[in-house]
Amino acid sequence: MSIGRAFRAMPTMLRVGVAETVAYRAEFLVWILTTTIPLVMLGLWNAVAAQGTFKGYSQADFTAYFLATLIVRNVAGSWVGWQVGEEIRMGTMSMRLLRPVHPFVALAASHAASIPFRCVVALPVAFILLISSGGSSLATEPLQLAMLAPALLMAWLITFAIMFAIGALAFFLTRAMGLFSLYFLLFMLLSGYLMPIDILPGPIRVVAEWLPFRYMVSFPVELMTKSMSTTAVLEQLALQVGWTIASIAIAMFVWRRGVRRFESVGG
Amino acid sequence: MTRYLRLAILQLRISAASGMAYRADFLLGGAMALATMAMTLLPLLVVYNVVDQVEGWDAPSALVLMAYFLGLRAVLEGMISPSVIDLTERIRSGAFDYVLLKPVDAQLLVSTSRYEPWKIIDLVGAIGLVIYALAIRDKPVHAVDVGLGIVMFLSGVIAMYGLWIVCASLSFWVVRLDNLTFLLGSIFDVARWPVQMFPTAWRVIFTFVVPVALMTTYPAKAMLGELDARSAFATLAGSFVLLVIGRLVWRTAIRSYTSASS
Repeated sequence: MSIGRAFRAMPTMLRVGVAETVAYRAEFLVWILTTTIPLVMLGLWNAVAAQGTFKGYSQADFTAYFLATLIVRNVAGSWVGWQVGEEIRMGTMSMRLLRPVHPFVALAASHAASIPFRCVVALPVAFILLISSGGSSLATEPLQLAMLAPALLMAWLITFAIMFAIGALAFFLTRAMGLFSLYFLLFMLLSGYLMPIDILPGPIRVVAEWLPFRYMVSFPVELMTKSMSTTAVLEQLALQVGWTIASIAIAMFVWRRGVRRFESVGG
Repeated sequence: MTRYLRLAILQLRISAASGMAYRADFLLGGAMALATMAMTLLPLLVVYNVVDQVEGWDAPSALVLMAYFLGLRAVLEGMISPSVIDLTERIRSGAFDYVLLKPVDAQLLVSTSRYEPWKIIDLVGAIGLVIYALAIRDKPVHAVDVGLGIVMFLSGVIAMYGLWIVCASLSFWVVRLDNLTFLLGSIFDVARWPVQMFPTAWRVIFTFVVPVALMTTYPAKAMLGELDARSAFATLAGSFVLLVIGRLVWRTAIRSYTSASS
């Protein structure tokens, strides 16, 4: 596969992605609405912080944190793994293999096309965030906010690549569903989705600092809600770049090993 | 009546047999159940490490409530959801015809059609959690409260079933609706916290519109011996009303069923 060819096909693939999102708009909206966990968690932490700050978090801080989490999850979330797993199980993956573009690129284009639509949903939330927490719990450094766009992009890439890799495990196992539940448990615990990483119990926090999960949610959220020094921002960003490359490499590795064993069943 | 009971037991046996066939899945399911439970409990552990009580709920009572949530979720994922997913599938494919042809009540047949047997592990975990929570709470446990708590758990199951049947019935009109039950499932996540933790407007919604409070908050209070007779009666009545609404919507919906098969 040549990169030039994939590049030339990109506009078409993006257009197809947009058309798919529009065609399934009702389902798309419902999927967005099912992202309620940050709001459920906000309910608990708000009640807890009503009696005074909790480990340095006030009610406004919690509100800002979980609304930012909701935005990040909406923009950078991905469920491509289900699609890959299903297509392998049903044999329809063979159709993608016939095309001259790597399925990773094709699927990435199709999913990337839905991101602007998800932003439309996420932006009103961003407004509520700004108004409700009065800006006091939001970061203001221009450099930090400028880094938000690349951080979100890489958060999406890491999520996408890891989901893709888990989906590709369906080449080796027939039932990948259990793996998704396991992955989602780890993700919830270590990404800052349930609670900010700095209030996790000690040992779990240490693990969370070292694994890629925090770069899927927590890091972009911190960019929005926490003032950080320039060196800290750049250091974190460098680590995020590292994890992005690593997760794409893992996805490619699993895919290449798996696709050799692929046997499509059915006509 | 006994005929229906026998039928339900038979369907349960079939599901259990097909579930046990995948032994590795069964074990994985058990391990996942424990991990999920630990994860669901984690925020409470973090919170009650620092504070003594939140909105009038101390650690043991919050654990009892959480146990009700876990128990209900086990029933939901073990019995109600699988059957509802099965139903939407049959409506889409037209296989619902065969259900209607059978000489038993269609709603009953559908509601007991599919089980996930390993969810029983979650249910056992939830019961264990209640016992643990009551043990670390230094108040005497009265048999009456436990009895009422169990009755209220069943009432919560009935309320949940009523709500899900309404949702499932909608798929007779709008075929692609399995999404809506996912949405309902996400809203049900709210039930893990006492309804008192939410701002007033939400409290009203969670009590009267999507009555998750009827499913966990009030039953847990009954088990804790903190529920007055009037609220207990109102909760039971609310669940009954949901069951009746579910039945009525089902009856209306089934009339507009037009088979999808040839």
